[in-house]
Amino acid sequence: MKLIKHLFVAITALGIGYSAQAGNITVKGSDTMVILGQKWAERYMQTHPQTKVQVTGGGTGVGIAALLNRGTDLANASRKMKPKEVTDFVKIYNKRPTEYKVALDGLSIYVNDQNPIKELSLEQLDGIFTGKIKNWKEVGGQDSRIVVYSRENSSGTYEFFKESVLKGKDFAAAVQTMPGTAAVLQAVAREKFGIGYGGAAYGAGAKDLAIKKDAGSKAVEPSEETVVNGTYPIWRYLYIYVNPAIDQGEIGSYLKWIRSDAGQRVVKDIGYYPLPENLQEK
Amino acid sequence: MPHRDIGKRSAGWMGLSRGHKARPLEWIAEKAIFAVSLSTILMVFLIFVFIAKEAWPLLAGKMNSAASQEVIAPEDMDKLSAEELRVYLEMTKAEFAAKDRETLQLLMELKAEAGAEAPDDKDAEINTTELRYLVKPYQWSDYDKPEYIWQPVSAIHKYNIIPLVIGSLKTTLVALLFAVPLALGAAIYVSQLAPPKLKEYVKPVIELLAGIPSVVLGFFALIVMATFLQSVTGSHSRLNALVAGIALGIAVIPVVFSIAEDALTSVPRSYIQAALALGASKWQAAWQVVLPAAIPGVFAAVALGFGRAIGETMIVLMASGNASIMSWDLLDSTRTITATIAAEMAEAVFGGHHYRILFMLGMLLFAVTFISNLLGDIVIHRLKGRLEGKS
Repeated sequence: MKLIKHLFVAITALGIGYSAQAGNITVKGSDTMVILGQKWAERYMQTHPQTKVQVTGGGTGVGIAALLNRGTDLANASRKMKPKEVTDFVKIYNKRPTEYKVALDGLSIYVNDQNPIKELSLEQLDGIFTGKIKNWKEVGGQDSRIVVYSRENSSGTYEFFKESVLKGKDFAAAVQTMPGTAAVLQAVAREKFGIGYGGAAYGAGAKDLAIKKDAGSKAVEPSEETVVNGTYPIWRYLYIYVNPAIDQGEIGSYLKWIRSDAGQRVVKDIGYYPLPENLQEK
Repeated sequence: MPHRDIGKRSAGWMGLSRGHKARPLEWIAEKAIFAVSLSTILMVFLIFVFIAKEAWPLLAGKMNSAASQEVIAPEDMDKLSAEELRVYLEMTKAEFAAKDRETLQLLMELKAEAGAEAPDDKDAEINTTELRYLVKPYQWSDYDKPEYIWQPVSAIHKYNIIPLVIGSLKTTLVALLFAVPLALGAAIYVSQLAPPKLKEYVKPVIELLAGIPSVVLGFFALIVMATFLQSVTGSHSRLNALVAGIALGIAVIPVVFSIAEDALTSVPRSYIQAALALGASKWQAAWQVVLPAAIPGVFAAVALGFGRAIGETMIVLMASGNASIMSWDLLDSTRTITATIAAEMAEAVFGGHHYRILFMLGMLLFAVTFISNLLGDIVIHRLKGRLEGKS
């Protein structure tokens, strides 16, 4: 009997609690940004208890599709929306979606700890990932075949790497694809002659390479400073897309907060890089 | 007690055979069960219709994946008639009627933006979803020779499905080569040779293999088997068709085993007794009498195992390395149809050509597994008929 009474109280409390939440914001999209999005939501809800933010992943494409059919308020995207997606959006809502740059992400290139290579130029990377360079000795390493790891082509990281490093050329067919950054990292850690790319390298077994813009320039290690000032050559923006019709009130202030100092501190905590000053919200 | 009555009058199991008049509730239950089983058939049908519907525009040749498309400058909007504009913007009549001028202008601008982004490439005007680009090699720019290329996310979308088909066949072949001898051997042993006591333990244990989630098997293959097999074969890539195939084989063993074992057990005792009476050893009876009699059932087991292997996703996704290489070498990484669908569907633009191609691959897979299962089923029925002396 007591139990039932407790249950009853709990349920009513839940019901009241639910209806008391004025703002309920849903966020969906890029898997790269799930952890970042959740951390943002958590911090924001601490200071704005009246707002409830729910973050789910699924992929950039999934998030944008949900934005199209009102399945979500905000779409996280690790790439820009494609013209076809923008066109579909305009066909439904008569306006372009609003795009916000919310963080910077630098891509690290990693190799196995035991590999003596310390730096590569963008041109050499291009050669390795398109299959023109097949042996480590061609770039100053040991005489052994290079085992190349990449991400699945559904990943925003894959597209970004292809555009910025390969200049749109195809990856070699022999490139193995892994389901996530962690899997790439693990594969490289287990494969002495492996190379892969992804977010900053955590854990043992693999190391970040310094990257040279061209053969003559200085090699730069990825760090907050080098990514934000643009000297590290492989970086990208992360985006949030929103329907301009609902970009106000709760949602508007949430987006503002993300781009403010407080929001950008979260970006740093998660391991991405904050927006440069001129893009931040004061 | 009514139960006792049924027993006495031998009204059949739960009185079903006496018809609805005697037991209306049971009649209803019977019909309800029938409806449920009918619904599964309906479900299979609906799933197929859904997949076919999504793939249809592609099969009908209505998709165009050409990277460069004709662009009309947004300023020239007024030079087009309403109908021309509608076709140019690829809208339905209802959609078009609902838009105001400003929106149409915006759509024109977007079209121009997409056109400006199109690569300056000799292949930019090719509609890569045409059949010949799907199945035949083609020399794309940047390539030295005609090749089979699966690169769906690319400036020029390359959708050649042959590397994926070969990948699927390669892993399935390895799986069957690994699983069928093992499963068949186990089935012969358990059904013919094993002492009854041992059989009681061995059979459920083998069938327990079916209960291992495929993601766990995939994980095992990824971490343990891959390293071991690489040290044995000295292969260049850690994850390859051999690793994936063997892991897949482990998943296929219980399927082949339990059907083959059923088939072998259902061979009439009199066959074996006759053989033993004629002086055959237990082994001779099993190998030369029972196995030939059960061959259709064994074939059915292999066909169903094939269906399971080619449709399995998680194991190959994790253990095959997923490189779409056009090669029959078992030590090369490989990419299967199922892994491709699983990995790429989430990010494909809904309703776009990549999306439709993936559905077409799904249809292909559905057709192949359906046919192999059907074949297995037909053969099982033939076996039954033969053993009952009907054919």
